[in-house]
Amino acid sequence: MKGFLAGAALLLGSFGAQAQGHTPPDELVKAVMLDIQAIIERDKDLQSGDHGKNIRLIEEKALPHFNDVGMTALAVGVNWRKASPEQKKRLTHEFRSLLVRTYASSLAAFREQKFDFRPLRMKPEDTDVTVQVRVLQPGTQPVVVEYDMEKTPRGWKCYDLRVAGISLVINYRTEFANLVRESGIDGLIRSLETKNKSLDAPKAGAAK
Amino acid sequence: MNPRAAAMALTLLAASGCATTTTDPRDPLEGYNRAMFAVNDTVDEALFKPVARAYKAVAPAPLRGMVRNFFANLEDPFIGANNMLQGKFLDGWTDWARFVFNTVFGVFGINDVASEMGLEKHNEDFGQTFGRWGAGDGPYLVLPFFGPSTLRDAGGLVLDLAADPVSQHRPVNERNAAIATNVVSHRADLLDASRLLEEASIDRYVFLRDAYLQRRRSLVYDGSPPRERRPAE
Repeated sequence: MKGFLAGAALLLGSFGAQAQGHTPPDELVKAVMLDIQAIIERDKDLQSGDHGKNIRLIEEKALPHFNDVGMTALAVGVNWRKASPEQKKRLTHEFRSLLVRTYASSLAAFREQKFDFRPLRMKPEDTDVTVQVRVLQPGTQPVVVEYDMEKTPRGWKCYDLRVAGISLVINYRTEFANLVRESGIDGLIRSLETKNKSLDAPKAGAAK
Repeated sequence: MNPRAAAMALTLLAASGCATTTTDPRDPLEGYNRAMFAVNDTVDEALFKPVARAYKAVAPAPLRGMVRNFFANLEDPFIGANNMLQGKFLDGWTDWARFVFNTVFGVFGINDVASEMGLEKHNEDFGQTFGRWGAGDGPYLVLPFFGPSTLRDAGGLVLDLAADPVSQHRPVNERNAAIATNVVSHRADLLDASRLLEEASIDRYVFLRDAYLQRRRSLVYDGSPPRERRPAE
């Protein structure tokens, strides 16, 4: 009976949490990563690095949990405020495409990795947290992946991602600032478009 | 100085004089660095990358793992020494215990049994130790062959090499074979990363430099550098 009560309390508790908010950030990260890993596990095309399919997988499963506008703002830095709403939209679109295209090709390696999901210590009022996941590999130091996440009305969203201490977003800042200085915000948008097109083009003699 | 070297030095000077419009405060030697980056890249494309690809194609993954572990094991005593110098005694003892277990039970380190026992590998070197002691990065510096570095890390590298059991090994022909194997093994492990770098960046030099500086900062703070908050959108 006690067990049943405890179970009922837990169930109610989880309903309560669902009703007033969203999946906590660390649980969200874990669920999404394990989900993607399970999908790759079942799919031979993804394992052999089918680029289009990998891209669709990221777009469907991972992208909804990212704040793409926030990420782009972070990468563009001070020039973001000088951009028109239309430029911001195009910048966001192109930057999001670049990240998806770049990291889609690394997705196959996901299958063999072991994750150590670090417990997150957060206070109920926190709205900006960092979720840590360690990727364990024999013979080398574990690689730490960190997701900076913020609370939004649509749930927790990731706005920066660091692998081994390198922010995949902030690392673009100097490069983007240089491009804006040389050819303005439209120049940066054009460079990103060209880059994305080159990544979509079938690679001649692509090395495995 | 022979005429050839003089000509090369002049070219480098000219490159450093005109290549940049505005200088990044972290990279005052950008002209020279970009020239050295191009040289390293040419050598890499012509020599290291093809050899590393061939190695990956010929040697099966378990064998490559043993080669990687063998050299990684030789680094552990010295990683432990650096942890001691930084006052992280528990980590230091872990590194030394790893070396003993892996050498004895892992057959000269080719099996990383210590990691399976929960003794995790660390990443330390003299550059990080100097950083921990309070030394800043100093100017960014692309070294011949070694690639991205900084003034501080280049100083550390000199000590790293002096303490490295592989480069101190004699006879010289055995040492050279060992160094060559280690270099090829490392390069093979980085093939995916270097492809990613090409795909991710528009200006590869800037992208790699910023990634290097971020990575070193993270290593000096053992993965938890003081966090920079996001500016308002």
